[in-house]
Amino acid sequence: MSIPRWLTFFLMVLLMTTAGTVSAQQQDQTPEALLEQLADASPRDTEAAIKAIATSGHERARAWLEAYGNNRISQVEATGRIVIVLNNRGRDWEVADALTGENLGEMSRRDLDRIAINNAVRRQLAGVLAMLDLFAKDVAVREAAALDLLGKVDDAIVEEVTARIEEEPDAGVRNRLEEALAIYQVEEQGSLDAIEVLSGSLHPRARAALNSAVASEDPARKAAAEQALASIQQKLRLNNAAETLYFGLSLGSVLVLAAIGLAITFGVMGVINMAHGELIMLGAYTTWGMQQLLPGQPGLALILSIPAGFLVAALAGIAIERSVIQFLKGRPLETLLATFGVSLILQQLVRTVISPLNRTVVTPEWMSGSLVINDALSLTLNRMYVIGFALLVFTALMLIMRRTRLGLEVRAVTQNRAMARSMGIKATRVDIMTFALGSGVAGLAGVALSQLTNVGPNLGQNYIIDSFMVVVFGGVGNLWGTLVAGLTLGTINQLLEPWAGAVLAKIIVLVFIILFIQKRPKGLFPQKGRAAEG
Amino acid sequence: MTTFKKQLASVVMAAAMGAGASVVYAEEGPIKVGVLHSLSGTMAISETALKDTVEMLIEKQNAEGGLLGRELEAVVVDPASNWPLFAEKARELLAQEEVDVIFGNWTSVSRKSVLPVVEELNGLLFYPVQYEGEESSENVFYTGAAPNQQAIPAVDYLMNEIGVERWVLAGTDYVYPRTTNKILETYLMDQGVAKEDIMINYTPFGHSDWQNIVSDIKDFGSAGKKTAVVSTINGDANVPFYRELGNQGISSTDIPVVAFSVGEQELSGIDTGPLVGHLAAWNYFMSVDSDANYDFIDEWIEYTGDETAVTNDPMEAHYIGFNMWVKAVQKAETTDVDAVKDAIIGVTVPNLTGGYATMMPNHHITKPVLIGEIQDNGQFAVVWETPSTVAGDAWSDYLPGSRDLIADWRAPMRCGNYNVKEGECGASAGEQAKAAE
Repeated sequence: MSIPRWLTFFLMVLLMTTAGTVSAQQQDQTPEALLEQLADASPRDTEAAIKAIATSGHERARAWLEAYGNNRISQVEATGRIVIVLNNRGRDWEVADALTGENLGEMSRRDLDRIAINNAVRRQLAGVLAMLDLFAKDVAVREAAALDLLGKVDDAIVEEVTARIEEEPDAGVRNRLEEALAIYQVEEQGSLDAIEVLSGSLHPRARAALNSAVASEDPARKAAAEQALASIQQKLRLNNAAETLYFGLSLGSVLVLAAIGLAITFGVMGVINMAHGELIMLGAYTTWGMQQLLPGQPGLALILSIPAGFLVAALAGIAIERSVIQFLKGRPLETLLATFGVSLILQQLVRTVISPLNRTVVTPEWMSGSLVINDALSLTLNRMYVIGFALLVFTALMLIMRRTRLGLEVRAVTQNRAMARSMGIKATRVDIMTFALGSGVAGLAGVALSQLTNVGPNLGQNYIIDSFMVVVFGGVGNLWGTLVAGLTLGTINQLLEPWAGAVLAKIIVLVFIILFIQKRPKGLFPQKGRAAEG
Repeated sequence: MTTFKKQLASVVMAAAMGAGASVVYAEEGPIKVGVLHSLSGTMAISETALKDTVEMLIEKQNAEGGLLGRELEAVVVDPASNWPLFAEKARELLAQEEVDVIFGNWTSVSRKSVLPVVEELNGLLFYPVQYEGEESSENVFYTGAAPNQQAIPAVDYLMNEIGVERWVLAGTDYVYPRTTNKILETYLMDQGVAKEDIMINYTPFGHSDWQNIVSDIKDFGSAGKKTAVVSTINGDANVPFYRELGNQGISSTDIPVVAFSVGEQELSGIDTGPLVGHLAAWNYFMSVDSDANYDFIDEWIEYTGDETAVTNDPMEAHYIGFNMWVKAVQKAETTDVDAVKDAIIGVTVPNLTGGYATMMPNHHITKPVLIGEIQDNGQFAVVWETPSTVAGDAWSDYLPGSRDLIADWRAPMRCGNYNVKEGECGASAGEQAKAAE
C-alpha cells in the first residue's frame, strides 16, 4: 500500500526539484555518486543533493541524511572516502563507511574533512525527513513529522502534502497537515480560507503566519487575520496565566528545597550556617560523581544519588558541626564568620581537587523535554519532577519532626535545653543528628539542582542568600512557613518578571521582604508560646 | 642655581642607575613574565586555563633556548576574582617583582582597576579577552576582539545569510553587554530595523531561572518575522539558559541564538544535544582545521595531561600576544618597556586558524571572525568566516561620543583617544578609569 505512495512521492519531488535536467540523471546515480554529489555540492547545490538522496530509495538514505544533519558526515582527506563519524569526542574519531556501514575503527580528526551543514540546510533537511516520516506506519511518528512540517512546507512539497491529507487515516495527523498547509497558503498565496483554518491554532508558527497577513494591504485579508488573532489572544491569555503560575511554583519549589535544610539548622537549632550553600553543592557533585561511576545510565545514577547525596552532605555536616560549630554555641557572630570560612574552604577544595570548570550532569531521557498540554502551554518535565521532589522532601521532613522520637527530642532540646537534658535526653547527640539532617536535606537540594543549573564550585553561593531570605520571611523555626514563603516568593518573582525585568523583579522582592520584616519581625508564621521567648 | 644642580645630579644618578641596571640584566637573571589571572573565586573557572596557557608557552620558549639568551620565568599571582586586589597584585608584579611583561585579566572591571597601575609604573599588559572597546591605553595590548571583530560581523551574518529581521539582545547586567548592546542597537537601527523589532533584556549575574525570559523570547519570535537572539549572557548563567531553551523546545532552526561569551570551556559543562545548531561568534574555535591548531591542541593536552582538555578563544589570544611580545623583544633586542612598545607595532605572527595577526597602531590586532554552530560533542563547527582578517577598532563608529576618536600610538601622535574634530588628545585610559571610580 505504501509502495505506490512512495513512488508518486519520488516522482513528485523529482518534478518539483528546481534543476529538472539534473534530477533526470539522478535516477540512475550510484550510491557513491549520490554521496559524492553531497560532498562536493556548493551551498547552492546542497538542496538538490539532499533531494537526490531522499528520492534514491537507498536503504541507508535516511541514515545518511540524519548523520548529515548532525554534522557526522566526513570525507577522508587522503582517499576521498565518505564516512559517518560514530564518536566525535577527543582527537581520534571512530568512523564507519557510509556505504556499507562497516566500522573502520578510529581515525585522527586531522585526516577527516567535515561536510559542512548550516541552519538553512538543516531546515530543508528537517522538511525532507518529515516528508519521509509521513509514510511511517506508527501514528506517533507521523504526528511528530506533521508537527515538524509546520512552517516548512514550500513549493517543492506542497502538492505532496495536499495529497497526504486525503490519504491520512488519523484525524489528528490530518489536522496538523491541514494547519501546515494553511500556513503555507497564508504566507505564500495570501489565501483567505486558510486564515479560517488557523484561527483556532495556538501554535507560534500559525500566529507568525497570521501576523504576516495582518501586515498585508488587502483589507479583507487584514480584517480576517485580525479577527483570527483576537480569538487566539483570548485563549492565549488563559494559557499564559497558567504558565506563569507554573513558573512561579517551579521557582518556589527550588527555593523551598534550598531553604528547607536551613530551616532546620538555622530555624530549629539557631545555627547560622553560611556553608549551607556548599552542602548543596556537595549534593550536586555527588550526582556528577554517581554519573561518572555508572556511565551510560544517567537515570539510575540520579536515583541512587538521592540517598548518596543525603549521606555525603550529612557526613560533611557532622564534620562541620564537630569541628567548628559545637565550640561556638550561643555566639552567632563567630559562628557566621567561621562557617563563612568553611564555605570558602569547601569551594576552593572542589576547585583544586575536581576542577574549577563546571561539570556536565546529564539529564536522563525521562526528565528532558516537556509535557505538551497544547501548542501554547507545555510544562517542562525536569521542573515538574523538582516540584514533586520538593513536596516529597517537605512531607518526609514534617513526618520526621512530628512523628519520630528524633523529632520529639529535637523539639524538646530547642525549646528548653536544660530541661530536656535533665529529662535524660542526650543534647549533644541530638545536636549532631539535627545538623546532619539539615545538611543531608541540603544535599538532596543539590541533587535536584544539578538538573536545573550548572554544577560548579560557585553553585552554593547563588542559593545561600535566597535560602536565608525564605527562612526569615517564613518565620524562623517553622517548616510550614518555609514552604509557604518559598512558593510565595517564587510566584511573586515570576509575576513581576515579565513587566519589571529580571533585575528589577529581584530588587522589588528584596524591598518587599525588608518592608515586611519591619512590620512583622518574626516572619509569616511566628512561633507562639513559651518556645518563642526561649 | 640649586634647582639646576639638583636636576643635573638626578640626571646623572638616573643614567648611572639605568646603566647599572641594564648591565645586570644583560648578564644574568631570567626575564620575568607576570601572570595576573584569578586562580580562586568566581572567575577561576575561566582564568585558570589562561594561567596554564602562559606557563605552557614559557616552557616551550625556554625549551627553544629562551629569549635573548636568557631564560623566561613565570611569576604567578592570584588576584582571587577581587577587582581591587587586581590593582594591588599588578603593583606587586611591577614594583616588587619587576616583571618585564604581564599577561592577565578577564573581566573589564578588573582591567579598569589595573589600568592606572600599569600606566603609572609603565608596565606592559596583554589582555586576551573579547571586550566592549572604547579604550586604548599606551601600556595595554588588546589581543581579544573589539566589538567590530565579533558582534558586528555576527549580526551581519544573521541579517544577510539567515535573513533575521527581529532581534533579542539578551545580556548580563554589566558594562560589556550594556556597551555592546548599545553599539548593536545603533547599528541595527542604522540598517533600517524598527525599534519594536528589537527587544533588550538584562539579567543579574549567575541568573538561574530563565523560564519567563525564554517564554518571552518564544512569544517575541511568533510575530511573523525571522527572529534571532544575540546573547552577551556571561559565564555560569548560560547553562540554565540553554537548558531552558532546550526544554521549552526552541530549536536553532526556529530561533537561533548567537553567543559572544560561550566557548568550548563553557560548553564542557553542558549536555549539548538539544543545542545543536545554535551559534557563537569568536576569532578561534578548537575545531578549526589547521595544522598550527592541531599542534597547539596536542601540546595543550600533553601539558595538562587531560585527554578531554579544551582550548578556546582567549587561549589563542594569549598564544598570539605571547609570540608578538617575543618577536618584539627580539626586534628591540631588549625587554625595556618603551623599546618593546615601539617595536611591537606592525609585528606579525601566525594565529591558530591558518592566518596571521598583526599588531595595529591602536594596540589592537587583526583577527578573522568565525561563526560556529554548536555540535553534539561540545565543539563548534565553523559555518561562516570573514573573507579576510578584520583590524580591531578601539573606538566604535556606532556610539555618539566615540565616533570622532582614534587611537594611534606611533611617533607623532602617541594618543589613545585623539579627537579628530577638535584636534585634541583626551585623558589617558588609566586616568579615565581612575576618574570613573
